[in-house]
Amino acid sequence: MFISMFNAVESGIIFAIMALGVYLSFRILDFPDLTVDGSFVTGAAVSALLIVNGMPTGLAILAALLAGFLAGSITGLLNTKGKVNPLLSGILMMTALYSINLRIMGQSNIPLLNQETFFTQLRSIFESLGIDRAFDQGLTALGIENLPSTYSALLIMLIVTFIIKFITDYFLKTEVGLALRAIGDNEQMIRSFSANTDHLKVLGLGVSNGLVALAGGLYAQFTGFSDLNMGIGMIVIGLASVIIGESIIGTKTIGRTTLAVVVGAVIYRIVITLAIRSDFLDNGDTKLITALLVVLALVVPKVVETVKESSRKRKKRQALNQQVRRGA
Amino acid sequence: MLRVENLSITFNEGTPDEKKALQNIQLELKPGDFVTVIGSNGAGKSTLMNMISGALFPDVGIIEINNQNVTTLKEHKRAKKIGRVFQDPMAGTSPKMTIEENLAIAYARNKTRTLKPGANKKRRALFKEELERLHLGLENRLSAKVGLLSGGERQALSLLMATFTQPDILLLDEHTAALDPSRAELITNLTGEIVKETHLTTLMVTHNMQQALDLGNRLIMMDKGQIILDIDGAKKQALTIEKLLQEFKRIRGTDMDNDRAILG
Ligand SMILES: Nc1ncnc2c1ncn2[C@@H]1O[C@H](COP(=O)(O)OP(=O)(O)O)[C@@H](O)[C@H]1O
Ligand SMILES: [Mg+2]
Repeated sequence: MFISMFNAVESGIIFAIMALGVYLSFRILDFPDLTVDGSFVTGAAVSALLIVNGMPTGLAILAALLAGFLAGSITGLLNTKGKVNPLLSGILMMTALYSINLRIMGQSNIPLLNQETFFTQLRSIFESLGIDRAFDQGLTALGIENLPSTYSALLIMLIVTFIIKFITDYFLKTEVGLALRAIGDNEQMIRSFSANTDHLKVLGLGVSNGLVALAGGLYAQFTGFSDLNMGIGMIVIGLASVIIGESIIGTKTIGRTTLAVVVGAVIYRIVITLAIRSDFLDNGDTKLITALLVVLALVVPKVVETVKESSRKRKKRQALNQQVRRGA
Repeated sequence: MLRVENLSITFNEGTPDEKKALQNIQLELKPGDFVTVIGSNGAGKSTLMNMISGALFPDVGIIEINNQNVTTLKEHKRAKKIGRVFQDPMAGTSPKMTIEENLAIAYARNKTRTLKPGANKKRRALFKEELERLHLGLENRLSAKVGLLSGGERQALSLLMATFTQPDILLLDEHTAALDPSRAELITNLTGEIVKETHLTTLMVTHNMQQALDLGNRLIMMDKGQIILDIDGAKKQALTIEKLLQEFKRIRGTDMDNDRAILG
């Protein structure tokens, strides 16, 4: 039980970077960008290809980010310069990326099993410093038997993801970031304040898919392979993370909302892990569970709101009735 | 400051819906001119404003702002020179963002946007100082989301956002029409004060004749895509609503269709 929760949080924190990207397109730009299913794989493909070719692992991850930025920018250009509707721009780019990703990898799957990756490097650092052993001892003392093989991925990814979260928070409060946020909120207004909405959308979608591909690049090195189909349903996972997080943590400020997205991504992984562990669901049901989660996260807050509202009205009516009676 | 020459546009040309929305408009505003624009529904007032701001492009004609020909300049580039307030109080602000963030967006109108924070200590102090001019207490609510403000408050904020960076031209298109009378009066007064203090060259469309008479140093009347009356100086001071209606009848030979024009 502990080990599967541990693994859920571990991959959740990597997927949180992808969810932050989805947050930028869906919430900030109000642009339902389906490029994500393709750009996640592009990140994985670029990162795997470069590693197999002996590039430093950090550079491979950076290249993944740039490739995703490029893909997102093209979706943005399709929409702004080509006047293609947002959904269709994303679908077209996603479809094109499928072939492009295959070209990048040259085959439908690149295994990284015996390669040195960012995560194997972290692991040997943690081992040589004795950090893993210290954690092992602590957890054994707590009576936990089945221990993770390393704590390095979780700890370092927590730091990386939160650094990205804080950079995103900062960016969204800069002059450019404010203009970007206004696009999803009131496009006519931001144009009347001299912002080039076309350029901003291209930039926003670029950054969004850059983050998605960064997550893809990291995930390939984490799991030890890149696969042509690993991006299927990614957009819904991202959306589920955003919506779950927002409904639990709230959206009061930008910092709180991005925190919600990160937490949402982890919760999503935990829920899926728990669901698959149950006797009557298996791996094949994850997509269905994801869809149900999104529906739940969308519907439940509305129902709660309605119930609250009607109870507020009932109380008000009672108070008024009492007043009338007292007056009479 | 603003020169409009021979401006024309026809919508749906060559179809049964053909509409000559503007016909050979000639207009020149001197620096500091405050011109009120009246005219019946469909006269072409909004079309003229949209053309000056670059939201629409003319079939023929020239638009110059501050001696620069901007006829083909894109809307967002032209916006560096133009402040605008729309009729809809929701249109001029971003509801999910705070008062401070909205002002920061407006602050960047005539600058290049960078990766520096939109609001810093110095700017925040400026925003507060500017908000105090509105006498609505908004200076104490910098981090409130604009979506929480009333229509009147939002329109006052829009007016401030459009003006505090000193645009070359201020365009107001019936910016009090969607408000209840007391809020409309508040915004009207604020408009008068701000334009007077900042000497902005202003073009203000209004359907309220009294407002058109009270504000500004010059009044133009539009009908069927043309400017049919242009009065300034002492003659404008002496104008009354009756005289305006008489004047319309003299020029057009019919009574003004004033279903929407508010007479008092
Ligand atoms: N985009 C458009 N397409 C077709 N007709 C338009 C368009 N915009 C305005 N018109 C027509 O042009 C005329 C002038 O409109 P407008 O400038 O909005 O008038 P107003 O003086 O009431 O602001 C109206 O008859 C209107 O129906
Ligand atoms: Mg109009």
